[in-house]
Amino acid sequence: MQSESILKVKDLKTSFFDEGNEIKAVDGVTFDVPQGKTLGIVGESGSGKSISALSILQLIDEPGKIIGGEVIFKGKNLLENSDKEMRKIRGNQISMIFQEPMTSLNPTQTVGQQIREAYKTHQGIGKKEGNKKAIEMLKTVGIPSPERRIDQYPFELSGGMRQRVMIAMALACKPELLIADEPTTALDVTIQAQIIELIKELQKDLGMSVIMITHDLGVIAETCDYVAVMYGGKVVEYRDVITLFKDPKHPYTVGLLNSLPRHDIEQEELIPIKGTVPSPDEMPAGCRFASRCPFATEHCFVNLPELIDIEENGQIRCWIYTDEWDGDQEVKVYEPERTS
Amino acid sequence: MSQKELLKVENLKQYFPIKGGVFGRTINNVKAVDNISFTVYEGETVSIVGESGCGKSTTGRSILRLDEPTEGNVQFDGVDLLSLNKRKLRQKRKDLQIIFQDPYASLNPRQTVSQMLNEAMEIQNVVPKNERRKRIAELMELVGLQPYQADRFPHEFSGGQRQRIGIARALSVDPKLIIADEAVSALDVSIQAQILNLMKRFQRELNLTYLFISHDLGVVRHISDRIIVMYLGKIVEIGDKKSIFENVQHPYTKALLSAIPVPDPEKKKERIILKGDVPSPINPPTGCRFHTRCPFATDKCRKEEPVLRNLDYMEENHQVACHYVKQIHDGEHKQVY
Repeated sequence: MQSESILKVKDLKTSFFDEGNEIKAVDGVTFDVPQGKTLGIVGESGSGKSISALSILQLIDEPGKIIGGEVIFKGKNLLENSDKEMRKIRGNQISMIFQEPMTSLNPTQTVGQQIREAYKTHQGIGKKEGNKKAIEMLKTVGIPSPERRIDQYPFELSGGMRQRVMIAMALACKPELLIADEPTTALDVTIQAQIIELIKELQKDLGMSVIMITHDLGVIAETCDYVAVMYGGKVVEYRDVITLFKDPKHPYTVGLLNSLPRHDIEQEELIPIKGTVPSPDEMPAGCRFASRCPFATEHCFVNLPELIDIEENGQIRCWIYTDEWDGDQEVKVYEPERTS
Repeated sequence: MSQKELLKVENLKQYFPIKGGVFGRTINNVKAVDNISFTVYEGETVSIVGESGCGKSTTGRSILRLDEPTEGNVQFDGVDLLSLNKRKLRQKRKDLQIIFQDPYASLNPRQTVSQMLNEAMEIQNVVPKNERRKRIAELMELVGLQPYQADRFPHEFSGGQRQRIGIARALSVDPKLIIADEAVSALDVSIQAQILNLMKRFQRELNLTYLFISHDLGVVRHISDRIIVMYLGKIVEIGDKKSIFENVQHPYTKALLSAIPVPDPEKKKERIILKGDVPSPINPPTGCRFHTRCPFATDKCRKEEPVLRNLDYMEENHQVACHYVKQIHDGEHKQVY
């Protein structure tokens, strides 16, 4: 693991409780965010990627509850913090931006009021000075004529503009860590390209670390340094981005890459992953992916593999890569020549 | 591929009036689709791509007369769809089915799958009553579901399974053309690949024709024979898949393709970042509608509207609406920004 990590998440567990049933949304998630780098978290709906991010900031509401693990930010476990201490961190040292800028901005407040609030809360800056800083921030995120925009309401802005405003709010206090939860999913591709470019530039300028949560492997490839692939509430593979795409190891990661229709190359056919994500009560006790994995043995269904180191800064959770593998010894999960 | 014209759209316009003022008069129009023409041949897949508000979904809905078109001509299998009365149109819809994006909203939550499929067959009168049960079981298996699941309600299925039901419903009446409006956009990639493979298989086996509406160029490249690119209600480029992806001409299509993130971290590529947002279709820009964002735009683009045309260095079916396409291709016309 990297020596310099701004955030270490260890065995994080968040569950939702519904009429006595426990739904394990995040089930022992472990990952590192190296200082100044971007960690991508990729996975399909229900994999627990968003809940992991919300858990870092303790933004989990009833009936959800963080039930275990550690979230170590600059050496201190955030889960031991009081509500008051967390409020000082949110929007200040760690900020978050969300997928849908319309529902995450306050429709009854002007853009200026919402950005000023961050300065007021964390730095005690008044209206006049706050306005100046807000205009500065809007300029930074590339909003034209910010002096005029500052008095407008969110409904007066386009989707791309709203996302820029949200980024301006999030970055107002120059956070050390930005958590971006599907920040471009609701946007058209030409606007997505603008926003991705913006986040990358700001990261360079401010030296921020970023957690980029997305279902889009293209966005991962273009923005991230490290990637955590999640399935069924667990990290199944953690690699640096180049290695992940060149030599994916987990059958789920390989399945994702094989089912992705690409615009940049001609593909004969897509190879889907069979079946669907099992419901929580049908989830295998062993490897969560066993029911959809083409290589799974009986051992896989019953026993949960550990997340083991396979290289420097690379981990995998799969029996195939252990000595206990009792299936086909010759199994090749990934044959690079097939996809190039 | 046979070259029989199955669907022919000519000068299609779809304006949505904006009412206002004291008397509720029409004060302006949203020009969602503004004078587009194209042909779909039997057995092929034509995709319409573009960003939100370009009019791609409206085009699909206008063809089926789910929204009554403002102007134009839609010929389907030799029949003028716009001249049909309600009853005749309903009969004709047997041949033209649509699959929607949201598998949660497009299935009736109070009907079991079996009731749904039964109703479709009943309305179109395609299968005799005593054989419908068997046909439903066949359809379920065809789309990869278990026949016993036909007695379940939509909420008992996952998103991917619901989209399979939507496809089963469309197939239940033996259509010739299926309009798929963002049919796989709401699905996770692993499920999306299952549905795409399924649709491709049906096309081969049942000789279906698809009009595939999508914003996802990866999906479009995978499924299409020909591609139509729309921007603000107009067609800006049309051509075979190969020529669109390998010999792209229009500055908008170029920007669109370059904007898509590539799932390969080692592939370096030049990205064209367009400035600004898509303008409002209420008062679309004069001349070429793309001129407000186009890196090559000149005064001519602001004044004169370009028409679709083919140039000698392009494939036969490839047409582009841009004044400077040749000059840009020859490197004689440089970017303004």
